[in-house]
Amino acid sequence: MFYRESGDFKTTYAKDTQTFPIKLDRMGYYVILAVALILVPIMLMKDVGGGANYWTNAIFLPFLIWAVASIGLNILVGYCGQLSLGSGGFMAVGAYASYKLMTWDVPFIGELNFVVVVILSGVITAGVGILFGLPSLRIKGFYLAVATLAAQFFLVWLFNKVPWFYNYSASGQISVPTRSVLGFQVTGATAAPEAKYLLCLVILIVVALVARNLTRGRIGRSWMAIRDMDIAAEIIGVAPLKTKLSAFGVSSFFIGVAGALFFAVYLGAAEVGEAFGIQKSFLLLFMVIIGGLGSIFGSIVGAAFMVLMPVLLKNIMVGHLNWATDIAAHFEFVIVGALIILFLILEPHGLAQLWRLLKDKLRLWPFPH
Amino acid sequence: MSADFFYTVEVIINGLMTGVMYSLVALGFVLIFKASGVFNYAQGVMALFAAMTLVGIQTGQVPFAHLINTIFGTHLHKFGWEVPTLLAILLALGVMILFAFIVERYILKHLVNQDPIILFMATIGLAYFMEGFGDLMWGSEIKNLDVGLPQGGNIWLENATSDWADGFYGFYLDNLDMWATAIAVVLVASLIVFSNYTKTGRALRAVADDNQAALSVGISLRTIWVIVWSLAGFVALVAGIMWGAKSGVQFSLSLIALKALPVLMLGGFTSIPGAIVGGMIIGVGEKLFEFAVGPYIGGATENWFAYVLALLFLVFRPQGLFGEKIIERV
Repeated sequence: MFYRESGDFKTTYAKDTQTFPIKLDRMGYYVILAVALILVPIMLMKDVGGGANYWTNAIFLPFLIWAVASIGLNILVGYCGQLSLGSGGFMAVGAYASYKLMTWDVPFIGELNFVVVVILSGVITAGVGILFGLPSLRIKGFYLAVATLAAQFFLVWLFNKVPWFYNYSASGQISVPTRSVLGFQVTGATAAPEAKYLLCLVILIVVALVARNLTRGRIGRSWMAIRDMDIAAEIIGVAPLKTKLSAFGVSSFFIGVAGALFFAVYLGAAEVGEAFGIQKSFLLLFMVIIGGLGSIFGSIVGAAFMVLMPVLLKNIMVGHLNWATDIAAHFEFVIVGALIILFLILEPHGLAQLWRLLKDKLRLWPFPH
Repeated sequence: MSADFFYTVEVIINGLMTGVMYSLVALGFVLIFKASGVFNYAQGVMALFAAMTLVGIQTGQVPFAHLINTIFGTHLHKFGWEVPTLLAILLALGVMILFAFIVERYILKHLVNQDPIILFMATIGLAYFMEGFGDLMWGSEIKNLDVGLPQGGNIWLENATSDWADGFYGFYLDNLDMWATAIAVVLVASLIVFSNYTKTGRALRAVADDNQAALSVGISLRTIWVIVWSLAGFVALVAGIMWGAKSGVQFSLSLIALKALPVLMLGGFTSIPGAIVGGMIIGVGEKLFEFAVGPYIGGATENWFAYVLALLFLVFRPQGLFGEKIIERV
């Protein structure tokens, strides 16, 4: 009844190619943006309900940061079809790059701006990603997936063993110096929750917009051509070298940005094996698959699902049933595993596909015939 | 000949034996991948679960004791009996076969004709599930697994070879590793005999070759899948016993799956001899690299060396040593 494209006429090309062509979609998007950009920060600032720190640290920050990373991985796996298990390693590159850049006293400039640091970390990660993406030209499918594990283990080992990366600190940890953006402190223990939240949110919005428009353009179409059938794509003139490496580069850039934020804004201090281990690579892959391969919206929903579910489970089992934490942790594994299998059986194309089905139903509602 | 030479030889022999242990895990991957095209990430966790079940049965633990105690406030821990090793191994094997049935019935059956990546993700989900389930069932503490295999260095060999060179103290070889090598050889030989000379084995190979054609001549895919997963469960049990006896039954056991992956890449996902040869190359390679180069660059190179070796190798031969040649048609 309400969700219709009929009667919604497009009179310019710009209107025809906009991101949300249906009016109700567009309005929903603006409402969500308004809530996320205005209402939530005000609630965090006023500390409504008294849990601003808990909400920011347990839910908002991990969700926003993982969503950025998940968009990055979805470009590689969902759009370009190159299975990667090295994302944890690439996040570590982003984190260590941001640490080195923040502790580097640049000649003539001094301290780099935090946003510049985050972008540069992404660029460095993109370089590393392209390097490890080179074998993808020869290796395909699961062989490639296992090959990207080389990146994961080698990078973690490197950051663990070469003291230059953690500035020769005795504990082998890296910890973030305090930095501000536009006069608001965003890193370190004393930063306000709403400042951290807003920074990550703005970065997520920018990343999502860039990713969405990249994937609808020429470059995104060449990625999808390579994904669907690489030989056929090569024959019609898509260069595999450029396409695969650009996917690796863009994907690693976003993952590197997420890694920098994960370390600098969310964790504050990190030890590479613990913070960026192989488990993180799998977690990210789960987000992408559960959200939906080849969907930006899906990446965000997938990240939300994988961040919220463990928090919810833990609250129920430890908070309400008063179980010991170790039993709750084991149960969490069982439930997460079972849910993933269940999801794959019921809807292998993820939450994004469910959303699409729902919208198709809505278009005809309430008279489907 | 100098002592250095003999030390290098010792490193090579130890590497070979470690490699055989990797191959044991890699074998389970190959069996399943060949027959059903599923890249089974849960193989390592299967080994852990098999070893935990074996210890649990052997020492007479009450399954889910912690959980029952938490919910009902009881104090259950042990039945108070000990099961003889051989019987316990048979019972653990029975559990793994039951597990194969459950996987086929509740997971694989519903995922026929999905993309390989979906099946792969499902096995990761399975790995998570089994990890939590195993811990709930038998508890998560480190357990000792004793199946009566000799442990420690072989004194006889050490004494016999100690006067071969100045400054050389003889070959230090672990008894358990030697047993593992012998068992792996027997296991591989019997697998090859099984797949070449029995009716079921031939059916397995037929499915691996072309499952559509196999279906059309009346081979039941579902039965074959149960058999293959049971076989993989059996291989996992053997691997679990060997690794469990070597370093205790604990969570890190499930990570040997990650060590088996480069072995697979090197040997090819579809080749049983490839898994063995690949395992040996990786075993020797990483031990030699750690021995020769490791001390100069900070050690612990075993974590990544195998992957980088396999990666470099694949760039020149994308299907692995013994893998089927990849032919692509448009």
